[in-house]
Amino acid sequence: MLAQVVAVIIFIAMFVFIVTEIVERHVVSLVCALLTVIFVFGFGMHSMTAVLKTLNIGSIFTTEFWYLSGETSGSSTGINWETILFIFGMMVMVEGMARVGFFRWLCMRIAKLVRYQVIPLFITFMILSTILAMFIDSITVILFLAAVTIELSQLLKFNPIPMILSEIFCANLGGSATMCGDPPNIIIGTSLGYSFTDFVTNTGVIAGVCLIAVLLYFYLIFHKELKADTSKSVDYGSLPSPESTITDKKGFAMSCVIFAAAVLLLVTHAQTGLTVSTIGCLVAVATLLTSWKYALPLLRKVDYKTLLFFIGLFVVIGGLEQTGMLEIMAGFIGKISGGNVMVMIAIIIWLSAVVSAFVDNIPFATTMIPIIKSLSATYGVDLTMLSWTLAMGTDIGGSATPIGASANVVGVATASREGYVIKWGLYCKKMMPATIIVVLLSMLLIYFRYL
Amino acid sequence: MEKQLIISVGREYGSGGHEIAEKLAKHYGIQLLDHNLLDEIAAKKNVKMDHLRALDEKHKNPLSSRTVRGYSSSPEENMLYLQFDYLREKADSGESFVIVGRCSETILKQYDCMVSIFILADRDKRIERIMRLYHLTESQAAKKIREKDMNRRRYHNSFCVGKWGNCRNYDVSLNSSKLGIDGSVKLLTDYIDKRRQ
Repeated sequence: MLAQVVAVIIFIAMFVFIVTEIVERHVVSLVCALLTVIFVFGFGMHSMTAVLKTLNIGSIFTTEFWYLSGETSGSSTGINWETILFIFGMMVMVEGMARVGFFRWLCMRIAKLVRYQVIPLFITFMILSTILAMFIDSITVILFLAAVTIELSQLLKFNPIPMILSEIFCANLGGSATMCGDPPNIIIGTSLGYSFTDFVTNTGVIAGVCLIAVLLYFYLIFHKELKADTSKSVDYGSLPSPESTITDKKGFAMSCVIFAAAVLLLVTHAQTGLTVSTIGCLVAVATLLTSWKYALPLLRKVDYKTLLFFIGLFVVIGGLEQTGMLEIMAGFIGKISGGNVMVMIAIIIWLSAVVSAFVDNIPFATTMIPIIKSLSATYGVDLTMLSWTLAMGTDIGGSATPIGASANVVGVATASREGYVIKWGLYCKKMMPATIIVVLLSMLLIYFRYL
Repeated sequence: MEKQLIISVGREYGSGGHEIAEKLAKHYGIQLLDHNLLDEIAAKKNVKMDHLRALDEKHKNPLSSRTVRGYSSSPEENMLYLQFDYLREKADSGESFVIVGRCSETILKQYDCMVSIFILADRDKRIERIMRLYHLTESQAAKKIREKDMNRRRYHNSFCVGKWGNCRNYDVSLNSSKLGIDGSVKLLTDYIDKRRQ
């Protein structure tokens, strides 16, 4: 009982400190992890086994961690090293791509393809944002897309805010489509043993349908605002050519090959047996070897704070799990729903969406995984269906407010620092209806397809 | 060519700091930047900023904002960075100006030509000034002073390491009630001229 109470107190304190940002979130999660080890596992449970199980270091030295010869059930207990390694590898690859100018080139190439026409640019950038976010972290996608959007808006004389808001939403939507698109999906996938194909054929299909609705919604609300100011002449000569944005031609070619290989490995990982941790390591090593001169700066640019945050987070959630608190929470959801699957899905998707709109969706998704596992075991509900519900709720809900997802924060900050300040009111007025539409649509699609 | 001069003026509400800043700008024939800073940025970036005046010199709300890899969703904080970038750009270009508030004593610290000043005043004199300027009762003026000072302190201290009004943070801290506005300006110009020699 003492261990349970302490685990809950540490968990709530972690959330409060993360939200208030008094201390950086990786410090919060690591300190809370240490407190969990000492007070929950040590003083509360007197269990060295629980500590070892949560630290989960042994898993790295197993064959299954790197190569799977058959089906796997995954593991949601303790530190998910597979997620950590995969995210690290992708971060190195993305930094390598950014160094050679890949993202700016891609944006400029597309802008040129649509002949710098504002509405076609608006639609193609939304689609580009969705597709890129399926494979690359949404922060990077928005960093580049928002910067290029502002640059183009100044040259083509249009208001960039509608375009940036739409790109943010699509980045979050794209992230929901694949296993590697958004951290909650990676954690869900590695914890429950799903493949890239599992995600694409489930959340991917839902995201695809939702994308059509989103394109329509944003076009309807923004097309009048996006009319370029035709009274001022546009100097097309001052627009940078796509080729001029490439900073290292050889490195660019290598980056394209590595990115294509990463996508191929991810799409086929269920067939090849290579785990996401192996793929993460392979792309990181390939990036570092092909740009060995810049290996150190690339490694320095990796967001270690996020990786440390994940490690701490997994331990704190491990504390809740080992003490049986998450089973109690699962029982609570089961009781409210009365075992009714439709109600259960509605609770999971809307709860995930609402919570993710205001707090980081990563701790929430991590907490919910053992809960949906327990719900599935207790009520005999299909776990995969609950997983897709959780993924859609956490990934999409984050779009509703400026603080819901990392892409929102980066997009809002990038625009604001160029003079296009986006306040809460403006953001929510445009993005909240889109979020509600997509969450509702996702719920209906889940009902339609799985029930 | 005239030597570059940047004067940063921090001030307690009702201390006459703004008036002193105006007179210093006039004395040296240089531009005064205060609320008009937003107009300048808006003109340069070709954007409308009228609706954002309420965010000027406001502290961020930690509960309604979030920071990711150094990027913040807080409009107040982004507005501040916009102003910081603009001020640094202006300072880099060699322009001389007087800047009122906006954490300028901290963000322009690396410029040797910058003189940082903090103007304070006795409480009774400040109340008297605010009552006169805004036709308020004594209690209304005291309340206004308390609120404005609290906002300025929170705004400054949430973005800077050095504390608002702490004399160690400025080259000169001056109580304007003792010498009056003109006397304070005279003393400050003497100091600035000596610094520039």
